[in-house]
Amino acid sequence: MLLALTLTSCGSGEKNVVSGNQTGYLHYGNGAEPQGIDPHLVTGVPESHIVRALFEGLTVKNPITLEPEPGVAERWEISPDGTVYTFFINPRAKWSNGEQITASDYVWSWERALHPETGSLYAYMLFPVVNAEKFASGTIDDFAEVGIKSLDAGTLRVTLNAPTPYFLQLMDHYSTFAVHPETVLKFGGMNDRFTSWTRVGNIVSNGAFTLKEWSLNRQIKVEKNPHYWDRSSVTLEGVYFYPTENVVSEERMFRSEQLHVTQGVPLGKIPSYRAVENSPYVQAPYLGTYYYLINTKKPPVDDVRVRKALSYAIDREKLTRTVLRDTAIPAYSITPPDTLGYNPPKLFSFDPEQARALLAEAGYPEGQNWPGLEITYNTNDDHRKIAVAVQQMWKDELGIDVSITNQEWKVYLNTVSQGEFQVARRGWIGDYVDANNFLDLFLANGGNNNTGYANAEFDDIILNQAPKAASREERYKLFYQAETMMMREMPIIPFYTYTSKRLVHPSVTGIYPNLMDSLNLKYVRLDPTQRLDLIPE
Amino acid sequence: MSHSPVEVADDEIEASSLWRDARLRLQKNHLAVIGAAALTIMILAVSLAPWISPYEYDAQNLDLGATAPSAAHWFGTDIFGRDLLTQILYGGRISLAVGFIATAVALLIGVSWGSVAGYCGGRIDAAMMRFVDVLYALPFMIFIILLMVVFGRNIILLFLAIGAVEWLTMARIMRTQVQSLKQKEFVEAATSTGLSPLVILYRHIIPNAVGPMIVYTTLTIPSVMLLEAFLSFLGLGIQPPATSWGLLISYGAETMEEYPWLLIFPGAALTLTLFSLNFLGDGLRDALDVRGSKD
Amino acid sequence: MLKFILLRVIQAIPVVLAVITVTFFLVRAAPGGPFDSEKAVLPEVKKALEAQYKLDEPLTDQYLGYLADLADGDLGPSFKYPGRSVNEILASGLPVTAELGFYALCFALFIGVFAGVLAALRPNTRQDYMPMGMAMIGICMPSFLLGPILILVFGIYLEWLPISGWGDLPGDKILPAITLGSAYAAYIARLSRAGMLEILSQDYIRTARAKGASDLRVVFKHALRGGLIPVIAFLGPAFAGLLAGSFVVETIFQIPGLGRFYVQAAFNRDYTMILGTTVFLSVLIVIFNLVSDVLAAWMDPRLRTQFSAAK
Repeated sequence: MLLALTLTSCGSGEKNVVSGNQTGYLHYGNGAEPQGIDPHLVTGVPESHIVRALFEGLTVKNPITLEPEPGVAERWEISPDGTVYTFFINPRAKWSNGEQITASDYVWSWERALHPETGSLYAYMLFPVVNAEKFASGTIDDFAEVGIKSLDAGTLRVTLNAPTPYFLQLMDHYSTFAVHPETVLKFGGMNDRFTSWTRVGNIVSNGAFTLKEWSLNRQIKVEKNPHYWDRSSVTLEGVYFYPTENVVSEERMFRSEQLHVTQGVPLGKIPSYRAVENSPYVQAPYLGTYYYLINTKKPPVDDVRVRKALSYAIDREKLTRTVLRDTAIPAYSITPPDTLGYNPPKLFSFDPEQARALLAEAGYPEGQNWPGLEITYNTNDDHRKIAVAVQQMWKDELGIDVSITNQEWKVYLNTVSQGEFQVARRGWIGDYVDANNFLDLFLANGGNNNTGYANAEFDDIILNQAPKAASREERYKLFYQAETMMMREMPIIPFYTYTSKRLVHPSVTGIYPNLMDSLNLKYVRLDPTQRLDLIPE
Repeated sequence: MSHSPVEVADDEIEASSLWRDARLRLQKNHLAVIGAAALTIMILAVSLAPWISPYEYDAQNLDLGATAPSAAHWFGTDIFGRDLLTQILYGGRISLAVGFIATAVALLIGVSWGSVAGYCGGRIDAAMMRFVDVLYALPFMIFIILLMVVFGRNIILLFLAIGAVEWLTMARIMRTQVQSLKQKEFVEAATSTGLSPLVILYRHIIPNAVGPMIVYTTLTIPSVMLLEAFLSFLGLGIQPPATSWGLLISYGAETMEEYPWLLIFPGAALTLTLFSLNFLGDGLRDALDVRGSKD
Repeated sequence: MLKFILLRVIQAIPVVLAVITVTFFLVRAAPGGPFDSEKAVLPEVKKALEAQYKLDEPLTDQYLGYLADLADGDLGPSFKYPGRSVNEILASGLPVTAELGFYALCFALFIGVFAGVLAALRPNTRQDYMPMGMAMIGICMPSFLLGPILILVFGIYLEWLPISGWGDLPGDKILPAITLGSAYAAYIARLSRAGMLEILSQDYIRTARAKGASDLRVVFKHALRGGLIPVIAFLGPAFAGLLAGSFVVETIFQIPGLGRFYVQAAFNRDYTMILGTTVFLSVLIVIFNLVSDVLAAWMDPRLRTQFSAAK
C-alpha cells in the first residue's frame, strides 16, 4: 500500500532550488493565491508581484535608489511649472504579440482604469491628472476632457491639476499600466470585469515575462518574453510563483530547498536564522505603519487625555523586542521615518507616569470608574499577540480592563467602515514614497480616515498649501506642521514601522530590499554553486 | 433473588439486580476503572486550578518568553511568558464544560425526540425518524462552519451548534429502547390505569432506558470535545483571551519545532481525557450489556 | 431493489433543496460583504460591482435566479476569484480531495479490518488488546494533533517524508492520508471486531473449526462477508466524516483541495463558492450513503428483504 502511494506521487524528486538554479527558474513563495492579474482590477501584494512580472509601466523604479528609470517610456519632459509631462515611448517597446506599444494604448487604458463601471479600487492613483477624479465619479462622462492625450503614436502628454512631485513614481504603480486594447475587447467590453482575457493563451502583456501556466492554488509559471525591449538584461528563464498562505509551511518549504524566496518568516524562527553565518534572513524597513485607529466619537476615547494616556502607557521598545523579535521599528507617528527624506515629529515617548496623570485628570484615577474598552482586530496571529500584550500593558500600567475581540477580515472591514468600534487595529502601506500618502489618510472626508478626526487647518495644508510649495524643503516643513497638529490630538496609536522580512536562498542575487519592497525581476540572478547551509537545530 | 409472593413490579427487581451486576462487572474492567479515576482527577484538577497553580492564567511575562519545563514552571511557558500548566487547567475548564454542556443539550433534544418517536410509533415515528435520517446524511461540518462564520463566535452558539449535531444518535438509541420497553407489561399496566402518555414516558419508560443513555452520554462527550477542539483549531471556536485545549493545541502546532512542549502537554491532556471517557464508556457498555440499535 | 433506489433518490431531492435554501439565506445573513475592502471604495464603484453580481436585486429574486442557474449546472462565478467560475474551482479541488479521501479510506479499511479481524480471532488476549489499544489512540487523538506530530517525527526529525504539497514530491501523499484515515481505521477496527465476533460465535463457524479449518480459511471463506456488514454500513457516515476531516488535514499539509477552498470561502464571504460547495458535497454524501446502503443490502440477504418491504 505504501509502495503504491509512493509510486503515485509524481514529481522529479529533485529539489526545486537545485533544478531551478541549473535551468534558470526562480521559485518564489508568493503568499495568497492571486485573485487575478488584470492590472486595473487587482489590489493585493501577491497579485502585484505577478502583474509586475508580466507588465511594465512608463517608468520603472530602480530597486536600490527607488528613483524612476525608463520603462515603456525611454525619456520624458516636465514643464517648468511641473504640471505637464510628455512621455516618449521607446520605439522598441512591444507587446508580447510583437505589436508596437502606442500612446493611444495608454489613453484607452487610463479610460478603462478610471471608468466607474470598471470598478478599479486604485482609480485614485490617477486623480492628480486633470479631470480624472470627475470622470471617475461620473461627474463628466467624456474622457476627452481628461488630461491625457496621444500627440502621436509615440508621444503621450499628461496634464496635472497641480505640480505633483511623486507623479513619476505613480507611473510605476500597476494600476496605471497599459493593457492591450484589442485583446481585452476580444473577450468582453472595456469595463467588463475579470473576463478571460487574462487566461493563459489569451493574455497579451508587455513586461519581461509572459504567462505560461496557472494551476489554481498550485503554481503560476511565467517565462521570458522574447519581445520585451530590455530582454538582454533579463537572465532568468522564468519564475514559478507558489501560493504560500501559511508562513510556517512556507518556511519548511524553504528549508527543504523547494523555494528560493519566501514572503515572510515565522517570528519564532527568526532568532535561529539570524544566528546563521551567511544568513538567508533579510529584513529591511518597509513603507508602512502599524497602528490602532481610535474612534474619537465614542467615549471614553472621545477625550484626548484618555487617548494620550493609552498611547503613553505602551512600551513600544519592549513590544518590538519581545513579541516582535526586533523585526519592527517603534513608531510615534503615522509617517514612516525617512520617507524620501521626510522625518515625522515625535511628540511623546513611553511615559507611564504622565499616562496615569492624564488618565486621572480625565476622571479615571488608577482605573476607577473605567467604563471598559474594546480592541477590535482582524483574525491573525501577530495581531492577536500584540493585542494581548497591549491589553496586559494597559492593565499593569493604568489599572484598566480592556477586552479584545477578533473578527474575520470581511466582518472587520465592515465594522471599521461603519464606525462600530472603539479601538481597531490598522496597517497602512504606502503606495508611493511620499509623506502625502500617509497624511491624506486623515483628511476630514478621507475614505480611510475612520477616526472621526477632522481639522480644517490640517486639510488646508495637505490639499492646498503643500502641493503649491516652492521647494521640497518647504513642502516637508508644511507636512511636519500638519502632522504635529494631528498627533497632538492622538486620533491613532502608532505602534511600529513595518519591515519586510523574508528568507532568500544564497544562490539568489538581485533581490534588493527597498522601502517599497518592490521586486524587479530583471535584476535577479541565480548562482548554482551556492547551497543552503543552516546550522543544524 | 428471592421472589416475594407480593406483587412487585417487574422493573424494580430487574433494576436492582441490573445495577448491582453492572457495577460488579464494571469494577472488574480495569481499563474502565482507570479511566474513571483519571477523569475524576482531571475534573478535580481543573476545578481546583486556583489552588494548584500560583499563576494567573493570563499573567504575561514578556521578557521571559517561552521557556522549557522547569521547577518554577512545571509545563514551561508560552511565548508571552504565561505558565502552561495554568493555561491547561483553565483551558480544561472550558473544554470539559463545553463537553458536558453540549452533551447535555444533545441529550435533552435526543432523548425527547427519540422517546416520543418510539412511543408514538406508526406514522409519527416514521416521520420523525426520517427527519433524523435525513439530517444524518448532511455535511454538518459545513453548516457549523457556516453558522460560526455568520453569527460570530459566541460560546452559547457553540454549545447549540455542537449539541445540534450530536443529538441524532441519541435520538436513534432512545427510540429503539422505548420501542422495546413499550411492549413490556408494566407499561400496559400503567396505561390501563389511565395515566397520560407523557407521564408514562417520563416516569416509567425513560428511567428504564437510562442504561444506554449513560453509555452514549459518556461516549458523546469525547466527540463533542473533539468537535470543539476542531473548531477552535480552525479559529471558529473559543476565542482568546479565553482558552481551551483545542486552542492551545493549535498554537502549539505552529511553534512545535522550537517549543515542542507547547504542543505535547495540551495534546496529552486532551488525549488522556478522551481515553478515560472512552474506556469508561466502553466499560459501562459492556457492564450494562447494551448493544447498538437493536433492530 | 430498483424501486428502493428510486425511492431514495426521490426522497433526497427535497433534502438537497432544503440544504440549498438554508445555506443561501444563511450566507446572506452574514455581516461583511464580498466587496468590503481595506481601501475605501467609491460609492459609484461599489454600486457597479453589486450590479454586476446581481447583489442589488431583492433577495428572493437572487434566490430564484440561482436555482435557475443551478438547473443548468451553472454554479456561478466565484466572488473571491473573479474570472473563475465555481465549477472550475470545484473541478480543480475535487480530484485532490477525492484522491486524499480515497487513500485515507483505503488505509482505514486495510488497517482497520486487519486489526479488527485479528482481534476477533483471539478475543481478550494480547492479540486483541494491542490492536484495540491502538484503535483507541486513533480515536482519541484528533487529526490536528496527530498531523503535527507525524510532521515533527517523520518530516522534521527523521526527514523521511515530505510535509507539504500534493504530487510535487514522491511520498508527500503518505502523511496526509494516514492522518486523515487513522480515526476511521480505529472505528473500522472496532466495528469489524464486533461484527466478526458475532459471526464467529455462530454455529456454522464452530462446525468449520471443528472440521479443522485454519483461521485464514474460516475468516475468508465464511466469516468475512457477514462480519463486514457493519463496516459497509459505516462507510456512508465515514465518507461525510472524511470530507469534514479533510478541512483540517488540507490546512495542515497545505493541500489544494476542496476542504481548504471551502474554509477560505466561508471566511471570504464568497457566497457562490460556499453555496456551490455545500450543494455539491451534500449531493455527494447523499449518493454515497445510498451506495453504501445498497452494498450492505447486497452483502446481507436478510437486509434485502427488509429494504424491499420498506414503504
